[in-house]
Amino acid sequence: MEFPEDLKYSKQHEWVLVEGGVATVGITDYAQDQLGDIVFVELPAVGDKVSKEDAFGVVESVKAVSDIYAPVSGKVVEVNDDLPENPEMLNEDSYGDGWIIKIEMNDLDELQDLMTAAEYEEYVAEEKE
Amino acid sequence: MNRTPLYAAHQALGARFVDFGGWEMPVQYTSILDEHQAVRQRAGLFDVSHMGEIELRGPQAVAAAQELTVNDLGRLHDGQAQYSLLCRPTGGVVDDIIVHRVSSERVLLCVNASNTEKDFAWIAEHHNGAEVINRSAEFSLLALQGPRATEILTGLTSLRLSQIAPFAFAEGKIGGRQALVAHTGYTGEDGWEIYCAPGDARTLWDALLEAGQRFDIRPAGLGARDTLRLERALPLYGHELTDETTPLEAGLSWVVRFTKPSFIGRAALLRQRERGLTRCLVGLAMTAPGIPRQGYTVVHDAVVVGAVTSGTKSPTLGKAIGLGYVASTLGAVGTQLGIDIRGRVIGAEVVKLPFYKREC
Repeated sequence: MEFPEDLKYSKQHEWVLVEGGVATVGITDYAQDQLGDIVFVELPAVGDKVSKEDAFGVVESVKAVSDIYAPVSGKVVEVNDDLPENPEMLNEDSYGDGWIIKIEMNDLDELQDLMTAAEYEEYVAEEKE
Repeated sequence: MNRTPLYAAHQALGARFVDFGGWEMPVQYTSILDEHQAVRQRAGLFDVSHMGEIELRGPQAVAAAQELTVNDLGRLHDGQAQYSLLCRPTGGVVDDIIVHRVSSERVLLCVNASNTEKDFAWIAEHHNGAEVINRSAEFSLLALQGPRATEILTGLTSLRLSQIAPFAFAEGKIGGRQALVAHTGYTGEDGWEIYCAPGDARTLWDALLEAGQRFDIRPAGLGARDTLRLERALPLYGHELTDETTPLEAGLSWVVRFTKPSFIGRAALLRQRERGLTRCLVGLAMTAPGIPRQGYTVVHDAVVVGAVTSGTKSPTLGKAIGLGYVASTLGAVGTQLGIDIRGRVIGAEVVKLPFYKREC
């Protein structure tokens, strides 16, 4: 299980990479492992507004449907257009090619609510018990 | 929560577990897609020990089973089995089952795990002089399924498997342990279901996995079992079948033998056949991106005309498929429908069932 140091993490198992005012968002290695084989994704459109902790998209495994939650609020400025055709990238490279959307943040203070890699690793360990 | 004798074996194989009808069962070991493909192309081994076994015994056993089930036991010799249904007088389905005629005085019913107690009570209430025994705790059940299943099993038994036709069964030794071996399954592939004593389950499980190694066998969980049965359009109780659906609606009229003079539900089903169906189970294939799931509504001309009972993305066909009930006027193959997926109506088409059938 990987927990890259340069990312921040939400309780809903999304990761965030902050570059200036833009947050790249994806699901964590733990999340993809729990979901199993991902076969479908539903993404927002560029320009859509998203709110922290609200669902902005859907991932479906063979068995189940799960919402993806926005870790921060803002405007969607880019979506990973390769994902709908290749949803398995979420399993294979959840921190890389499996990124989901980029959000132009409207409140940088929200980043304070996210976890560090070490905190998230501990959070996952507790959830597993 | 109940556990099968193979729980530790599943844990050692890295299984992820799920609650299924009160049983803590493996849902997957590595990946549902991987296990699904193994069964379609090679072989998979399932622990389905959660299934229930109820026996009717005594001189009235066959007659009692005839009255309780909709298929015709008159077509069975000793050592033969058939798919059948327990129905209520309303025609609603109590359970779908496999009926094994062991002898003229012994009929063994394999029933769904979550229905075992309901079935036992129903059967005991309509015993017609037969002794009714819940033998579920006496059996573990392993399902060895896939095109290589017979080759794998052949090396472990003196039974002549080539003499056991589909839906026949025999008792004999597998890996030195006594077992009842049935040429049945729930995957759409050739395969065997092996009933053994719980104390022998681990030995047989390990022996089958070892014998299957040369064919790259996989332990397979309930996740793959569900996608496999869905591609073959085999109904799952609680989804396609319930106390409120009839076999005729579910497309199982081939199971219902009206030539039998009497069975529970006969009058209601005959009446339904004469009046015609108001709804029917159909196969659905999405024509636009989206996956149908149980409970999603089916729409036609902005009107709700039915609901999905099962759905997934078919691993074999690579497209989203589902089963569902729709108004019978909309059941023809080719009918264009919509499925309400999270508030948006996505196109779907009625298609011929099954979605997948193995080449013989």
